[in-house]
Amino acid sequence: MEMLSVKNLGISFGGLHAVDSFSISIKKGELYGLIGPNGAGKTTVFNLLTGVYKPDMGQILLEGQNITGLSPIEINKAGMARTFQNIRLFDNLSVLDNVKVGLHNEIRYSTISGILRLPSYRKTEKRMNEEAYKVLEVLGLENEAKNLATNLPYGKQRKLEIARALATNPKMLLLDEPAAGMNPSETDELMEAITQLREIYGITILLIEHDMKLVAGICENIFVLNFGTKLANGAPSEVLNNPEVIKAYLGE
Amino acid sequence: MSFISHLINGISLGSVYAIIALGYTMVYGIAKMLNFAHGDVIMVGGFIIFTFMSTLGLNPIVSVLIAIILCTLLGLTIERIAYKPLRRAPSLAVLITAIGVSYLLQNLALLILGADSKSFSSVISLSSLSLADGRLIISGETLVTIPLCIVIMTTLNIYIRKSKVGRAMIAVSEDKDAAVLMGINVNKTIAITFAIGSSLAAVASALMFSTYPTLSSTAGAMPGIKAFVAAVFGGIGSVPGAMIGGILLGVIEILSRAYISTELGDAIVFLVLIIVLLVKPTGILGKNIQEKV
Amino acid sequence: MKAKLLNMNKSTRSNLFTVGVIVIVYTVFQTMSTTGNMSNLLKNLLVAMCYYSIMAISLNLTVGILGQLSLGHAGFVCIGAFTSAFFSKIMVNTIDNTIIRFSLAILIGAITAGIFGVIIGVIVLRLSGDYLAIVTLAFGEIIKNVLNVIYIGYDSNGLAFSMEDTASLNLMEDGVVIIKGAQGISGTPRNANFTIAVILLILAYMIISNFINSRSGRAVMAIRDNRIAAESVGINITKYKILAFSLSAALAGVAGVLYSHNIATVQSTKFGYNMSIMILVYVVLGGMGNLRGSMIAAVILTVLPEYLRFLRDYRMLIYSIVLIAVMLYNWAPACIEWRKSHSLKDLIGTVVGKNRKEKKGA
Repeated sequence: MEMLSVKNLGISFGGLHAVDSFSISIKKGELYGLIGPNGAGKTTVFNLLTGVYKPDMGQILLEGQNITGLSPIEINKAGMARTFQNIRLFDNLSVLDNVKVGLHNEIRYSTISGILRLPSYRKTEKRMNEEAYKVLEVLGLENEAKNLATNLPYGKQRKLEIARALATNPKMLLLDEPAAGMNPSETDELMEAITQLREIYGITILLIEHDMKLVAGICENIFVLNFGTKLANGAPSEVLNNPEVIKAYLGE
Repeated sequence: MSFISHLINGISLGSVYAIIALGYTMVYGIAKMLNFAHGDVIMVGGFIIFTFMSTLGLNPIVSVLIAIILCTLLGLTIERIAYKPLRRAPSLAVLITAIGVSYLLQNLALLILGADSKSFSSVISLSSLSLADGRLIISGETLVTIPLCIVIMTTLNIYIRKSKVGRAMIAVSEDKDAAVLMGINVNKTIAITFAIGSSLAAVASALMFSTYPTLSSTAGAMPGIKAFVAAVFGGIGSVPGAMIGGILLGVIEILSRAYISTELGDAIVFLVLIIVLLVKPTGILGKNIQEKV
Repeated sequence: MKAKLLNMNKSTRSNLFTVGVIVIVYTVFQTMSTTGNMSNLLKNLLVAMCYYSIMAISLNLTVGILGQLSLGHAGFVCIGAFTSAFFSKIMVNTIDNTIIRFSLAILIGAITAGIFGVIIGVIVLRLSGDYLAIVTLAFGEIIKNVLNVIYIGYDSNGLAFSMEDTASLNLMEDGVVIIKGAQGISGTPRNANFTIAVILLILAYMIISNFINSRSGRAVMAIRDNRIAAESVGINITKYKILAFSLSAALAGVAGVLYSHNIATVQSTKFGYNMSIMILVYVVLGGMGNLRGSMIAAVILTVLPEYLRFLRDYRMLIYSIVLIAVMLYNWAPACIEWRKSHSLKDLIGTVVGKNRKEKKGA
């Protein structure tokens, strides 16, 4: 069962092929790592997959559904959620409200019933709170619920981004450098949280990461990107020992 | 023949807009802020010239020079006190501050100079030119305004491209942080930009009030906003754009006042702004900027 | 009872508190007014305090919650004032029941302003920041300028419209001119009173406050804080921007209805840029995103200049200094440092209530 199937994806900016013939196939429930040197085009791949950029060529299928060229909103509704490398939280909302914004399309009531505080508002808000707390607990943020997102320490902000993405009930989660700026113990906590959310939600994950310990520790497969194209692809043990990959990283 | 006469008046008014628009477009390009108070600096310039020329009886040229110096100082002061501390603040805060400064200038002028509007006497003593057996008359003000505008535009364009300060301006407008790394003094560059914009505002006030002599505390607000429209029209951040935008807007305004409705002239100018921003928000010569994800 | 109160949703409790305070203030003022303990000066300001408060909280929805600066809010007030006054004048002999007629006038004012909010919102909300501000200013001025040259009258043949003058309406002998260009509409029935104005203020407050604390309000604030992230979780940006903007416009329209039915004469020139800035001053002084602060600022700045006569000439000057001072206080690095070293609570007089930035620092 394929969750994500990408064929020959490409985009250029002013003549530069930022991503060129990118193809990947990710099975349902799999945890895939996307690595590569700085400027290799990893985040651009994420932006293409989530509709921030429209691809010049290629095709993206999410569980068989063609999502190529759709808007970020439609792609999220189709079941793909993401986090951002440069953290993008709703700074002036509480941690709880950040997750509740993620639940926006999952649990609904109308604007009118919100303004008039109809019974459906109370009932639905209660359910939203319960759901939001469930997600926060998975990431160990339940005690921060009432704090403003902007006041969280860095590591917890990254986790909150994951929580918010999870709240949209995605089939597939894209994590852009989730461990960036974390200390080793925070990274360990994060790895545990990722393992746990896979167990609970059975979710498929593609993650960009520079921390090789994390990548080698939890990814089942790794895709190495260099200058916008594939350099290697396969199990961590073989990919990370691939001389080409080592060369690209050490920049010979 | 009246059409040609309107057209020339439109180009003349548009030249004034273009000179004012320079102040907006340069500041916007470099400090990324809408200096709402720019129009009111024009009003202040008008009052300075009026005071020195009509009240104290000084030579018009000397009065204009004094106005240029004082307006430059005013622009620098505003930048130093109100805008510089907000360099890292959200744009909403900067915009509200700029509106506050605009309001402050207007109301100070109102308190100091009173509610009665003054009648500005022209700084230009050139006699008007009569063409086609007197059917087409071009005023002395117009004869000075249009060439002067072209001279200012050309000089400024060369200055920005060739001089060290000008290149620093371009660098700051492209990437403030990178400019700092290259050893450019960003604060100084922004201050110079304000100084140039404000001195041009004084020139614009001399030209504008010579043609439209009603001087009051709010006299700068509308031309200021229209000049901003002109800057957006031509493409914000672009000096030639300010010229094109200014002249087009002046012509549109005069022609619509003449042929559509006198009262709705302002409304039509604003309609132009709305249409431009909908069709091509970057203006005629503007650049496209996309947010990095 | 106490347990029930504690169980209540936080925003419900906060609403209850605010409404309670408004009702107390209302009762005090109303008692003073009926027992003859209130100066005529203040009596004349009672309704004005309410409509300025409504203007302020409705603009706060756009500026504080949606995070976009609108400089044309007075335009929506103008539309509400004109359409409702127009309706009331036409219907004054047809619908005898004042309550029904005035209620309809309120609805008409709100709905028309709301519709204009949607139309203008669709256009301006594609922009943001400075461009959006200048375009809302443009729309406000266009509304003002166009209403300034419109003449509408009616006679037994129906309505007549002109943009020239009264004579060109060609009305029959029984004709009445309703909108007279620059003179606007005069003789509107003075149906607004303090009680109705307070009720409308409470309603407007509840609507905005409940909106903010609902799913839709969170979506709007999410867009304000980070548009790209909001898109990434599937929030329809355009829809929620327009929703907030038009709700803000509709409530500004309600303020306009109170205005025209209080003063009896409306002229479009009153609703220019100056009024928009005045409303903005209330919002900025009260704290962006803080509805209570907006109301307090609106009331104080309406009453104060009337009492401190010597201040009257300096009113606008003080407004401008307030705008600059509050922004510098909130954002200038030197002030932020200074605030850190001094306790915030000693300084409540400077900025009424908390605002977003201060929460961040706390």
